[in-house]
Amino acid sequence: MSVADATGPLDAAWAVRWMRGTAQVVAENRALLIDLDRAIGDADHGENLDRGFGAVLLKLDGDAPETPAAVLKLVAMTLMSTVGGAAGPLYGTAFLRAATSLGDTGTVDPAGVAGMIAAARDGIVARGKAEVGDKTMVDAWTPASEAAETAAQAGATAPEVLAAAANAAHAGAVATEPLIARKGRASYLGERSAGHQDPGAVSTALILQAAAEAAGGEVA
Amino acid sequence: MSVGLVIVSHSRKIAEGVVELAAQMAPDVVLVAAGGADDGEGRSRIGTSFERVQEGIDKASGGDGVVILTDLGSAVMTAEMVLEFLEPEARDGVRLAEAALVEGAVAAAVQAQGGSSLDEVLRAAENAVVSIRPEELEPFVSHAAAAPGREEARPEGPGAAGSAAGPVATGSFVLPNQMGLHARPAATLATGLLELDAEVTVNGVDGTSVMLLMSLGLGQGRTVDVEASGPDAQAAVDFVAQAVESGFGEPS
Repeated sequence: MSVADATGPLDAAWAVRWMRGTAQVVAENRALLIDLDRAIGDADHGENLDRGFGAVLLKLDGDAPETPAAVLKLVAMTLMSTVGGAAGPLYGTAFLRAATSLGDTGTVDPAGVAGMIAAARDGIVARGKAEVGDKTMVDAWTPASEAAETAAQAGATAPEVLAAAANAAHAGAVATEPLIARKGRASYLGERSAGHQDPGAVSTALILQAAAEAAGGEVA
Repeated sequence: MSVGLVIVSHSRKIAEGVVELAAQMAPDVVLVAAGGADDGEGRSRIGTSFERVQEGIDKASGGDGVVILTDLGSAVMTAEMVLEFLEPEARDGVRLAEAALVEGAVAAAVQAQGGSSLDEVLRAAENAVVSIRPEELEPFVSHAAAAPGREEARPEGPGAAGSAAGPVATGSFVLPNQMGLHARPAATLATGLLELDAEVTVNGVDGTSVMLLMSLGLGQGRTVDVEASGPDAQAAVDFVAQAVESGFGEPS
């Protein structure tokens, strides 16, 4: 997954690299996400996200927003009208809240990264009304937000903050495996939902991994 | 113009079907289907679409407000997102109902057909969540049911004295039509009673609720017991008498 080895400021170009990287990593993991979702949901997560981020690429090809927030807002609007499943409004809300938290800044600093991830996490919680332990993407976003906050306060660089978030999101996604789903379509399965990672938590980890790689951050 | 409805479903066919069903009982209400999502090639697939819901609200606006009804989880989330994007002024005229889709849509449509306010239409949708349960189809035993058959409506029935609600009228009428009190007759009664200034119960349930009337499950030969109070109490009983005894214009 050599999405981008570029280093440099977290500017609009970084945000565009992030989204191109996300589209690539989602396409590469489309089958995995479909399989995970088939096990405990309706098997559409991989296809829906692949379609959504594919549409994002088309938008970015035609438009070049000037700030990171403008890129994320474009992503939010595109995902909301193309993804279709629950991931549409959830990721739409996440990117929209992230964009709002960034304001019109041209370059995102470490605290800005942590604030952006916290805003995204809070938006998802508000929209989906899920809590930690419900076996949802919240189980990846919450540790990611906490790790980003800790790293930023410890004086890490912006790419390091992103890498800390991505690693925590991966760990959070893996930790959803034994959980019993309490939200979404998977909750209809009850105890049968245990034994599989939550596809939304996995896709969250992939998205944050792409963010870190686009900034040159080291992801474990 | 009445309150408009937007039906949001993962399936385009479900949304269109609910609109078709509700329209049968509410021909003057603006009902908009916002089902499915675009597959990127101009066709519809399973999902919900921000744009379709946004357009739906736009089309249903222009009357006394808009009530949105949704099916499963992400339809609710999509609708909530669209609401967040509305201008405050437009947002004030839109409600998102927590209701069962089919039952709520039918009840809301009938309520809107009667010219009710936004909040009344919302309440009709949300009170319709109890679906029809077969084991509860014949629970209503009232004084008149013990002696089935036509009774003359009486303007001052027993117990009317001292009622704060004004005049009281009652009556019992046997359903002559084959289909009994099914959806369309229930809508006829509910819509007509809504226009009268009276509290009306039919076999113990609110006579202005099409869902509750339907849930009575009254078939051919069963008795409709009406109790009305208020200024139009007699008119309400007369209206029910006329509607039932004509068999709602259906074959007997």
